[in-house]
Amino acid sequence: MSVIFIVLPLALLVVLAAVIAFVWAARRGQFDDLETPAIRALHDDPERKRDGAPPPPGRPSPE
Amino acid sequence: MSVAEAAVAPGALSGRACAHCGLPVPAGLEPAAGAVPFCCSGCATAYALIRESGLDQYYRMAERRRAAVRSSGRSFEEFDHPAFHRLYVRAVPGGLSETDLYLEGVHCGSCVWLVERVPLLVPGMARAELDVRRSLVHVAWDGAHARLSEVARTLDTLGYRPHPFRGIKAEAVRRAEDRAMLARIGVAGAIAVNTMLVSLAIYSGWFSGMESGTLRYLRWICLLLVTPALLWPGRVFFRGAWAALRTRALHMDLPIAIALAAGYLRGAVNTAIDRGPVYFDGVATLIFLLLVGRFLQQRAQRAAHDSAELFHSLSPATARLVDGPAIREVPAEALLPGMVLDVRPSDTLAADGTVIAGRSALDLSLLTGESRPLTAGCGATVYAGTVNVSSPLRVRVERAGEATRLGRLLAEVEAGARRRAPTVSLAERMAGVFVAVVLALAAVTALLWWRHSPSMAIDQAIALLIVTCPCALALATPLAVTVAIGRAARAGILIKGGDALEALARPGRLVLDKTGTVTEGRPTLVAWQGAEDVKPLVLALERHSTHPIAIGFLEAWPETVAEAATRVIHTPGGGIEGEVAGRHVVVGSPSFVAARARHRALPVLEAAAAARTGVACTPLAVAVDGRVVARGAFGDVLRADAPAALAELRARGWRLALLSGDDPAVVADVGERLGFGPGDRRGAASPEGKLRAIEDEAVHGPVVMVGDGVNDAAAIARATVGIGVHGGAEACLAAADVFLARPGLSGLVALTGGAARTLGVIRGNIAFSIVYNVLGAGLAMSGLINPLIAAVLMPLSSLTVVLASWKGRTFDAPAAAAGGATP
Repeated sequence: MSVIFIVLPLALLVVLAAVIAFVWAARRGQFDDLETPAIRALHDDPERKRDGAPPPPGRPSPE
Repeated sequence: MSVAEAAVAPGALSGRACAHCGLPVPAGLEPAAGAVPFCCSGCATAYALIRESGLDQYYRMAERRRAAVRSSGRSFEEFDHPAFHRLYVRAVPGGLSETDLYLEGVHCGSCVWLVERVPLLVPGMARAELDVRRSLVHVAWDGAHARLSEVARTLDTLGYRPHPFRGIKAEAVRRAEDRAMLARIGVAGAIAVNTMLVSLAIYSGWFSGMESGTLRYLRWICLLLVTPALLWPGRVFFRGAWAALRTRALHMDLPIAIALAAGYLRGAVNTAIDRGPVYFDGVATLIFLLLVGRFLQQRAQRAAHDSAELFHSLSPATARLVDGPAIREVPAEALLPGMVLDVRPSDTLAADGTVIAGRSALDLSLLTGESRPLTAGCGATVYAGTVNVSSPLRVRVERAGEATRLGRLLAEVEAGARRRAPTVSLAERMAGVFVAVVLALAAVTALLWWRHSPSMAIDQAIALLIVTCPCALALATPLAVTVAIGRAARAGILIKGGDALEALARPGRLVLDKTGTVTEGRPTLVAWQGAEDVKPLVLALERHSTHPIAIGFLEAWPETVAEAATRVIHTPGGGIEGEVAGRHVVVGSPSFVAARARHRALPVLEAAAAARTGVACTPLAVAVDGRVVARGAFGDVLRADAPAALAELRARGWRLALLSGDDPAVVADVGERLGFGPGDRRGAASPEGKLRAIEDEAVHGPVVMVGDGVNDAAAIARATVGIGVHGGAEACLAAADVFLARPGLSGLVALTGGAARTLGVIRGNIAFSIVYNVLGAGLAMSGLINPLIAAVLMPLSSLTVVLASWKGRTFDAPAAAAGGATP
């Protein structure tokens, strides 16, 4: 059973990493809108018809 | 889909489907051979814009909206005004400006695609991101190269009419709150699951044996895990409990905080001395489940709030300012006394003032409840919030903004909302009793065990505190309310707060406004006497007018095809005349028509028809070539479902009353037909009078106010529960706790019934959790409890509450829900 003294803290470290990732994502607003991105993914990228056209939309706003 | 696709290639199909929206092209608009067919000019403009910009892909999308484009053609100039920018626009680093706009008509994937490609159409615009659920688009543009009015015009041309989003500051706060809440839930969830896993090892050790070193290690791991859960996500409960203590109110957070603190401290001490039970898994699970319950409730209430906000249609608070020879659109906030405004027919006045040119009828129904439009000429005082119905007016501003009658009324609304006594929910009252009982039981347990062994006494008392933790009790209300609010929204009833549901569950005093609430709030043709061939002539004239009477005619005879009219002349306060098919037609008040007719004998309106119209009718006559040929009457008719809905409410024990700003004779007439006794109907009530009436009623007990107008808003805000009906004024809907999104009063019946059933579910949940707690307390007092039993009982009780809330039949979504008005 002594293996648990090493494995358990390791497992908890993995959990910690996941929690940090989740909190980071939540604070960046990744969960603000759960509907539109699903629709957006179905659209093709726009063809650049005009010079100097802005980049395609769809990125989350950096807030 | 085939229609939409085929429409891309004109000629491939019959050529009768609109190339933009796919709807059938109306007769008379068929295009010349080879041309692209459109159902309206809006669609033609949108189509041209989309083709020009190379966005044809839009027409290949499977799911496209099927509605003709009604672009408003407004200039949206006010969007560039400094006052507008101060209110709504944020500057962001990189020289960009940002704002959020509400869009009308957003509903599917192709809308997302099209709206987000607007930056390709407007040079200088950086991005557009659409939140399809809330119909909110976030736009960013370079102020040096583009203007917001251009962005707005482009959206409008495509058929998505933009409105400024007023809650932009509240939105930032709210978003931050949501994100923090989500982060807390994530942390609490991860900790709960892992604590449970480690605890499982501890429990299995009981049965199969475990080295004391391993056990001690696992217990320390648990302590390590739970500590951050208590310090970060669990802090909200301690904060709530502290606030409750300071205000001497009994709040659900108090027993929760006691249970959490007792469980944690007892576990920590026992871990340190390596003896006795620990309850860490229970503590972690409790924090997680309670946070989830709260989050769900908050979301459901916000969704209802958002939808209600959208329904306001957000009348753009703008005015047309006369500036020398030009007319500019400016935000209402920028108006100052002395400015001259141009008010077109169907515009809403933005300020109080005096008419300096023109003569028109004004619809005051939303401001005062009067059902008949009033005529205002030069020198008349007019008020913000009234609608100009017939002809253009020039108005000199006397008071603007908060100084207007409307502004003062809105201040009353806010004051009314503040004066309202906070409702103490059933669960909160139960919590008070619960805390007292649990603390007493803990003391008794400690006393009973003291003689046996003092340390056992403390153990058992704390075990009782933990095992009776009010998990199910605290979840009972939020879950039942969340589910009910969600189902109600699908049935077209938007509920902004859970306490409203509880207050509506028990029948009490229910006060209804008349105009626009129990009646339609607009003139309807109630009597008509004349030949069939007169109808096309009348419609031909009325198509040229925006007067409510004209709209009433168009609605009364939808199948009649109107002819073309020329030389149309409006006479405010009189009527309308013109040439139709070579004949001179006059429609208007009997005196107006009689003055223009050679044969003055009017056909007598049948007695039956006259009786049906009651006192609240406006008589009308029609003359063709100098001969009076028809007569009619317009009145504000009852909503079709009003008598049945009111009867049903009375049968359920509600005491109904009618409170109106309209003429007492009209109120008496309508009240009589709906069965209101003389003591239960009151007319000529000013907005302030309505507020006082509600305050007087509130002394005797809870009072529910149902209304639609600005004149009801203060009363709605003051009432225990305020309900706004479909088509109501923005201020009224903002003040209301519940908003009926479908026309008619049957929503009231569904609402009160659903509220009663919701309270039933809540009671069932609370009863169950009490049974569970009595059981747990009994076990603890007799010393039979152990952490495993507590760990099993606690989630089990929560699960039962979740299932009971989910299965509870609260609001039944009617079959009409599929095509209903809910967004």
